[in-house]
Amino acid sequence: MSTVTDSVDTDVKAHEDHGPAKGLMRWVLTTNHKDIGSMYLWFSFAMFLTGGAMAMIIRAELFQPGLQIVEPAFFNQMTTMHGLIMVFGAVMPAFVGLANWMIPMMIGAPDMAMPRMNNWSFWILPFAAVMLISTLFMEGGGPNFGWTFYAPLSTDYGPPSTTFFIFAIHMLGISSIMGAINIIATILNLRAPGMTMMKMPLFVWTWLITAYLLIAVMPVLAGAVTMMLMDIHFGTSFFNAGGGGDPVLFQHIFWFFGHPEVYIMILPSFGIVSAIIPAFARKHLFGYTSMVYATASIAFLSFIVWAHHMFTVGIPLIGELFFMYATMLIAVPTGVKVFNWVTTMFRGSMTFEAPMLFSTAFVVLFTIGGFSGLMLSIAPADFQYHDTYFVVAHFHYVLVPGAIFAIFAATYYWLPKWTGHMYDETLAKVHFWMSFIGMNLTFFPMHFVGLAGMPRRIPDYALQFANFNEISSIGGFLFGTTQFLFLFIIIKCIRGGEKAAAKPWEGAEGLEWSVPSPAPYHTFTTPPDVK
Amino acid sequence: MSNQDRADNVKTVEQSTQRTVLRSILVACGMFAFGFAMVPLYNVFCQVTGLNGKTDPDPYLYKAAEAKVDTSREIKVQFVATKNAGMGWDFSPSTPQVTVHPGEPGLLTFVARNPSDKRMIGQAIPSVTPFEATNYLHKVECFCFTTQTLEAGEEKVMPLRIIVDQDLPKHIKKLTLSYTLFDVTHMY
Repeated sequence: MSTVTDSVDTDVKAHEDHGPAKGLMRWVLTTNHKDIGSMYLWFSFAMFLTGGAMAMIIRAELFQPGLQIVEPAFFNQMTTMHGLIMVFGAVMPAFVGLANWMIPMMIGAPDMAMPRMNNWSFWILPFAAVMLISTLFMEGGGPNFGWTFYAPLSTDYGPPSTTFFIFAIHMLGISSIMGAINIIATILNLRAPGMTMMKMPLFVWTWLITAYLLIAVMPVLAGAVTMMLMDIHFGTSFFNAGGGGDPVLFQHIFWFFGHPEVYIMILPSFGIVSAIIPAFARKHLFGYTSMVYATASIAFLSFIVWAHHMFTVGIPLIGELFFMYATMLIAVPTGVKVFNWVTTMFRGSMTFEAPMLFSTAFVVLFTIGGFSGLMLSIAPADFQYHDTYFVVAHFHYVLVPGAIFAIFAATYYWLPKWTGHMYDETLAKVHFWMSFIGMNLTFFPMHFVGLAGMPRRIPDYALQFANFNEISSIGGFLFGTTQFLFLFIIIKCIRGGEKAAAKPWEGAEGLEWSVPSPAPYHTFTTPPDVK
Repeated sequence: MSNQDRADNVKTVEQSTQRTVLRSILVACGMFAFGFAMVPLYNVFCQVTGLNGKTDPDPYLYKAAEAKVDTSREIKVQFVATKNAGMGWDFSPSTPQVTVHPGEPGLLTFVARNPSDKRMIGQAIPSVTPFEATNYLHKVECFCFTTQTLEAGEEKVMPLRIIVDQDLPKHIKKLTLSYTLFDVTHMY
């Protein structure tokens, strides 16, 4: 897509004495996009393990019917916190971390547009996470009303710690909004000369659109939790029917945020695999322009489909039909993307290093998740699927291979650039296959138990679901423990390994490969010329 | 690029960045406000469309000229009384169902009794199904228009007068008017 004519060597030498500060304060005070990117990624990995540990508790309890390990009340806290931590703690910060690391290098910018705000938006996160997790140790326990925190379950019947949960959501929201504004400002203003919008790598494009989604919907979520706060403490009745409010209103506001939110967690993945598949198929990406327009269409449609989460709460027939058709319409731009990826692979000289393995699995498994999404979009059929394990299977199929696998793929793909070393390919392949098998073992049987009527968010279930749940639990433990291997591979790669070339992947494209590996602390202080 | 050029360039980049940031912050603030604007918007939308079975909160004004009785059909109106969790009153309709012609008033009563030893305030919230009939079921007189205060042990017979609109779509033959009673003592 673009090549660099400027020599970057002189650039690097001129800035050798500007290296990172020494000691711990480097990380507290840093405004360097690479440092902040790394911190985001480490934070996200810590949250991934925390949320994962909660998933292990859930799977251990569901290993057999009956109550074995935890109290039902604690089980509810686990499902709630698992969802919240994975969404707001693991997936979103991981993408922001990748954006911090890669976007300035991809568009030839020296850093993010607002480096100090960048530092602030990261450092809010650990405090918000600590506050959220600390609710588990408070009197009455942590949030137990599901990650969707429907009122009045969360307002009238929630534990006292709900107030801390609300403030944690406020802080996470402020952090995301600041991160998004920073990314928009960077992409729109700091592109190197010649880097026109339609020359930007797709990861940059998808993130630009994601950032717009973030500033559009995170404030709505902030509004929703603020209304909850007022209902709980200040005697208002936004969601209290007795005082003239409406609990269904909560669901509308929540899902007006919630549906774009799920695309916030998938669009950057589209950008990642659109970088990796061409690199390992050794062909240019097929249909670049259509990819950009498809992403924009998906983002637009995400605002007009929210009530498909609410088919069973009672909306008029015309509403059910509108939201059903609008939802099905999303399959069109998504299909365009899937076909573009497949066409990029078609007749390519493909090799299957770890990033490509994860990306290929992404395309296949995300499509399965997309199809179960289409099944759920059929309003009359949704009455059968609603609140069953079929929904759990669906959104884990789009989020685990969709978001998590893409993050793994991105990590392996850019790890040589970050660390200057090649990772251990054999171990990475083991990581892939164990994750792939573990993930499918966990979530595929959930389709069946869901269709047979097993409700979600329950600690106990009818006997006929026992075998499938046993398989799910075994798969879950496999997937969970495998992630320690991932941690080991990363640490091993940071500490040493085969030296990575500036461009370790034969077919890779983009400005980030024109700087040496590891990327110097400051890159593109003089903008490269982009052809 | 000369140094002067570069300095100018930095300045314009800074300015355009500031503009972008300002605009983005405005969008974010606007969307925060929109979240709250959804509350009145939703209420208006529900009233116009009858979504969620939300009925008119004010008494229906009886217009004699329009109140022609349509004797060609009969509509069954059923009544449901539900108590919200934590509401200890006895609450029930005098009759589970009335049959009326459209335009003809139907009269019945609801009985509420406060068995506790405290003065309590209750608020009944009406809802109509099917939703598309919401705007065709009028309440001329209803205990739900205001809160109801009952002393300890007090019992109250509350009248309800309804009229089914003559324009009620032909395919609807049965309506359900449901009341959920909330304890709102702590709000007053």
